[in-house]
Amino acid sequence: MTTTINIKPVSTDVSNLPVLEISKLTVGYLGNEALQRVVHEVSLVVRPGEVVALVGESGSGKTTMAQAVIGLLAENGRLEAGAVRLNGADIAGWSQKQLDTIRGSKITLIPQDPTSSLNPVKTIGAQVAEVLQIHRQGSRAEIDERVIKLLALVGLSQPELRAKQYPHELSGGMRQRVLIAIAVALRPALIIADEPTSALDVTVQKRILDLIDELRREYGTAVLLVTHDLGVAADRANHTVVLKGGRIQEEGPTAEVLASPRSDYTRKLLADAPSLGKTRPASRKRSPRLVGRDDAVVVKNLVQDFAVGRRDVFRAVDNVSFTVRRGTTHAIVGESGSGKTTTARSIVGFLKPTTGRILVDGIDVTSLRGENLRRFRKTIQLVYQNPFTSLDPRQTIFQIIEEPLLNFGSLPREDRARKVQAILERVGLPQSVLTRRPHALSGGQLQRVAIARALVLDPQVLVLDEAVSALDVTVQAQILTLLDELQRALELTYLFISHDLAVVRQISDTVSVLHNGRQVDIGPVEDVFQRPGSAYTRELISAIPGQRNGNQYSFP
Amino acid sequence: MSGYVIGRIGQAALVLWAAFTVSFVLLQALPGDAILIKFLNPELGLGPEQIADIRTSYGADSPLVVQYVHTALNFLTGNFGYSIHAGVPVGDLILANLPQTLWLGTLGFLLSLVLAITFAALSVLSPFSWLRSFIQSIPALFISTPVFWLGILLIQIFSFQLRLIPIINPGPWQALILPVLTLAVPISAPLAQILMRNIDHVLTEPFVAVARAKGASHRWVLWKHVAKNAVLPTLTIAGILFGELLAGAVVTEAVFGLNGLGGLTQRSVNDQDIAVLQAIVVFSAAAFVLINLTVDLLYPVFDPRLRVRQGAAA
Repeated sequence: MTTTINIKPVSTDVSNLPVLEISKLTVGYLGNEALQRVVHEVSLVVRPGEVVALVGESGSGKTTMAQAVIGLLAENGRLEAGAVRLNGADIAGWSQKQLDTIRGSKITLIPQDPTSSLNPVKTIGAQVAEVLQIHRQGSRAEIDERVIKLLALVGLSQPELRAKQYPHELSGGMRQRVLIAIAVALRPALIIADEPTSALDVTVQKRILDLIDELRREYGTAVLLVTHDLGVAADRANHTVVLKGGRIQEEGPTAEVLASPRSDYTRKLLADAPSLGKTRPASRKRSPRLVGRDDAVVVKNLVQDFAVGRRDVFRAVDNVSFTVRRGTTHAIVGESGSGKTTTARSIVGFLKPTTGRILVDGIDVTSLRGENLRRFRKTIQLVYQNPFTSLDPRQTIFQIIEEPLLNFGSLPREDRARKVQAILERVGLPQSVLTRRPHALSGGQLQRVAIARALVLDPQVLVLDEAVSALDVTVQAQILTLLDELQRALELTYLFISHDLAVVRQISDTVSVLHNGRQVDIGPVEDVFQRPGSAYTRELISAIPGQRNGNQYSFP
Repeated sequence: MSGYVIGRIGQAALVLWAAFTVSFVLLQALPGDAILIKFLNPELGLGPEQIADIRTSYGADSPLVVQYVHTALNFLTGNFGYSIHAGVPVGDLILANLPQTLWLGTLGFLLSLVLAITFAALSVLSPFSWLRSFIQSIPALFISTPVFWLGILLIQIFSFQLRLIPIINPGPWQALILPVLTLAVPISAPLAQILMRNIDHVLTEPFVAVARAKGASHRWVLWKHVAKNAVLPTLTIAGILFGELLAGAVVTEAVFGLNGLGGLTQRSVNDQDIAVLQAIVVFSAAAFVLINLTVDLLYPVFDPRLRVRQGAAA
């Protein structure tokens, strides 16, 4: 990791002055009628070389804070009061033109979603070079040379080739490395990392966070790490600030905040965080019921090929077998591209397997056609990842839940209404939501609606495709509890598709680990976690955030 | 890649064949025909037998299938038949009328591009949001303006009121000014709307925020990041709008009395000169297909995502 990038000597006396000092910052957004405040008098300090984590759920104001610091608030955002001091200079009142001189050089950004954060029609090299061109760092040839060095610095293989490639030719992790190269190019005093790994797989997340750590240590750059994941904060931050509703709930050295949280909210967050919280108290103590029951789902030697071009075949699922006992939860775990969603789609009957057998409730799914296949869907239902897009925005909640009843059978109107109301109560929603439309509900409520829609047909098996991945930890914990209650009450069998091992450990009885379409591990969940059978599973487990310090923060 | 090109060319040929067949059937289904219109004229004093002879010589009474195959084969060899009304080869008629329409169409299209880009630039650079929404509402007005009405209005204003452009014997360029304007305005509107919407959309993309975070100014971002991304989807629309251009040319040339393909179309419809109409339909379809084919084949040049993947490594 040696490089000769324009090292500016840092005089020692400034090293204890804060790089960033936010004092009593208040930010609001201009709405139709009035200004809506989302950040209330928040103060925090980031010292050189320090990582400060800004932790909170969606709507806590953490991203607004980050945008305010770098001067990139949305058009209707207003910095109402307070100061943002960068190396002592208050930049809160600066014009965009003034800010342009420090953005990219003194203060930089690592964005959330690497897939959309690079311009699709410009080469990687051009986009790294841009930051050097804007700040006039030498001739064209010098810049080109530095681009290659930067790409090598962030651990990209074949940097010369990468520089000529376009974003779509790189994986998500590689793109995030490119964005990190842009962020560190001019050795900024402060990097704002806004959920830098939330869109990445867990093993990639670990590598990216390690890289940021490494560069920070080498350059002495300070990092403001915005994250919803307490586990990430626990692993990476010296100092943690917990934000809720735009107000600071708690702050202090990370170890202290996590070991002895003072605020109720932090305690709740800690309890709900799957990676930090203890595995659920009543965790899967149902082994007696596991024996003697029949199998709800049997998958035997499932192979799923996709044609690529005219001749080539891509094998998305390669010889996967498992059985799920009735009333239990089987998790399919893997990173993106592992074939977990393809497996789920085959089981539900959306795809015809290339070879292999799938039995659901004793019915051979692979032999079903036409009307029989449609009828079969009654026994197995899906809940999707994103409730905001999986519910029709024009339908009322009543219509959404009622629709499956209209598709199957001919219940009279009053019976349908009764059924909808009953299932709504089951999922813990008030009857008043029935007349509303999806946009009026929160993400957690919407996911309850999606579960109600899936349950209204009294299915035997529920396929939960990343069903809690888009939710905040607290909401996630509530939905997981709901799923557990429903399973006990209705004897449901769950197929739980997830990339999140910590969540899987909480909810499942058995687990299959998929890697490049192959099943590399299978068994009872605790066995797999305690004695992983493959190197890949070991890597996955060690990449779960929140355990770098021996899980010492786990909530009692 | 070559497979893609061959496929696209095959599709284009299929569209042409379909256009030929559909127009053939529709034109045959029209009541009456050009021969009757021309030769039943009492001044010619032709008897029924003579007319029957003429019909035979044109092949007008042979079975439709025979006529269809015959016409299709002729088209393939570049023989578009004879205009019954004018008595000259259809090919000559089209060639004679083509330059006027080509000029009108090309200039009209260029002007609509200029108008669309101007509106998009004005809206994105306008410092006030009320000004921006005002500019963004203008194209909607343009779209709802009928071509014939706009043409007459422009003649009223520029020729009769302001007397800037003579109506009688204008110079070759003067004669084009108003028709080009008439043609360009309604076509520029959807282009401008799509361009403005694209710009607004691209401005919300995370990579724009990343560019700003690099220290790029608003103007830098607009030029280096937004422009190309916003123009790309507009290409497709521009290709499709070419059809609009052809339709507009018919009305425009009629209003301004120009001798182009549009005028020829109008006269041929009046005379039911089926051979001419058939050729014009196929000719327009060919131009339309060719332009859209060009747009499709050009896309990979502008958008790297559509090029063949060069072994993306994980």
